[in-house]
This record gives sequence, C-alpha cells and structure tokens, in this order.
Amino acid sequence: MMASLVLLDVGQPTEVETTTDVSGVWISAAEVQVAFGWELKPEGLCRDAICIPVDGRSGLMSDGRMNLEGLADLLGRPLAHSREEGVAYMGPPQDLFNQTIRTLEAPDFILPDLEGRLHSLSEYRGSKVLLVAWASW
Amino acid sequence: MVITVAVDRAYDARSWIERANPTHPSLIDEHHRLGELYNMVNVPTVVWIDETGRITRPNDVAFTTDKGGRYANVSTDEQMALLRGWVRGSLPPPSDDDIRKRVTPLSADSQLARAHFGLGWWLHQEGRFGAAQDQFSIGGELAPDDFMIRRGTMPLRGSDPFGPEFVEMVTEWLGRGHTYYLPLPVE
Repeated sequence: MMASLVLLDVGQPTEVETTTDVSGVWISAAEVQVAFGWELKPEGLCRDAICIPVDGRSGLMSDGRMNLEGLADLLGRPLAHSREEGVAYMGPPQDLFNQTIRTLEAPDFILPDLEGRLHSLSEYRGSKVLLVAWASW
Repeated sequence: MVITVAVDRAYDARSWIERANPTHPSLIDEHHRLGELYNMVNVPTVVWIDETGRITRPNDVAFTTDKGGRYANVSTDEQMALLRGWVRGSLPPPSDDDIRKRVTPLSADSQLARAHFGLGWWLHQEGRFGAAQDQFSIGGELAPDDFMIRRGTMPLRGSDPFGPEFVEMVTEWLGRGHTYYLPLPVE
C-alpha cells in the first residue's frame, strides 16, 4: 500500500512516498537522502566522511527501499511514528549526547527571541554564559 | 552573559518577558530543543558554559527566590555565591571527570519520549489536537519524570499547569523519594 508520510528530522518536515507491508513502512533510498542527507552507496549509508554498513542488517533493505524503523535503529535515533496521522519524528542521535559528555562542548542551538530574531549559543563564545531554562508553566 | 530560554510557546512567555524587559538575549524554545540537546527534564535548569564553549557545570536546579528554592532544597544565597565565584574567576575549576560525573545519564526512553513530544508539537501546530494529545500522553508515560513533557504540555492540553494535575505530579515526585531533578552539590 502506498501513502505519503511527513518525516520530521528533528522538526524539519519532508514529505515522502512510502509503501507499507506487514514488516513496516518503507522509503526509497533517494527519499531518505532528501529527508536526512544520508546517501546509499556500495559501502553503506553515507553522509560526509561517515559510512554505516547496511549489509547483513536484517529487515533494513528491500528492493532499494529502507525500512523506517530499521533506518532509525541504524542511525541510533529515536523514532515516533503515527501511521494514522501519516507523520514520523526522528530525534537527534543518541550519540550526540554521548559526544557532549566526552567533549563537554555545550551543544549549539539557534532559537528566536520574541521578535523572531535568531540567536545562536556560539555567537556568545568568548564570554562566560549562564544558560537559564525557564517557563511560564 | 545571561541567556534565558523559555521552554514555552511565545504566546505564553510573552507577558513575562515584556514585564521583565531584559537586556540579555531572551529566547523561545517551543520545540524543546534544550530538552533534546541538554537532556533537561524540568525548569528552572541552569548550565554554566565557559568562554571556550565548554560546559563547566551541567544541568543544575537553581531558583532566584527562596520560595522556589524550598521545593528543591536549594539555598539561593549559596548558589549565587558560587555563581559569583565562577564569574569572577575565584572558584577553582572542576576537573573534566568531576564535570562528567555530574551529568545526568540519558536514557533511550527519555529520548524516545522527546520524539513523541516533537511529533505531538507538530500535530498541535497543524491543529490536530486529539492526535497531538495522544503523542504527549505516550511521551509522559515513557518518561514520567519529565516535567517538560508532562507539565509543559498542560497549557496545550487545556490543563492548568498549577492545578490538580501538577499537584499530583509533585506528590508523585516527592513520593518517589525526590530522586531526580536534583540540585548539584554547592561546593
């Protein structure tokens, strides 16, 4: 069965065509590249200088398509998927936080102020920063 | 430099920010990016970041008033003295290992819960409120200690974040021996 799916890569949406069978939801490798920037090559799934082998991973590939859950597992990323709503969210890789613990480098972010101006943490490099998370709730 | 981040809708944070009229960057994090990147589970949470962009003191529970501090057994005076020491350079820098020991480990369920929040937030913005609530519920069940998900979504679910649902959360939190969302030692 074919259906469209909105894939949210840490919130960034891309609409892709999927097929569904008993083993899950499948996406073409070309659309995986558009949504996540990972390209399927003979050596594996690659982005920049990193390639993750896909051979031997059961249930990941079928006729040039990738299983959505298998893909999240391969990339070490949490996946929340609603078939009814036709949308899936993939969070940042688990290893990102492990890397933070290794390097102690504060993860950069870009967030708006009330006027919509964007600020990044890294633009304040050179000053000590007290980062304060608060809320109205 | 102080950077404040409201883990909130701009709609809910606006009146607070406008009343405070801060001179420092005052940002809005509707998507809970800080939760995902820093493994934060509640507010207020503070992080000290040095001039080179490295974390000196990871997620800490800090309040600006003793009223809030009492909830978490935090002495605001002691915390402020420590903060001043760091800013002025009179505090001996902790070793990297000491800093790492203070980092709360990240669990797979916590990150999965945040993915369900992210999905729910997108659905909420699309006006699919019932489906969004389902995702927020899944997130809350996966990470019952995550106030950002459970309490932070109360305004989105039409629940009062200072009402009975919150009181129940705090009772649960205290009943479990207050084993999470802990202030770091002041030393």
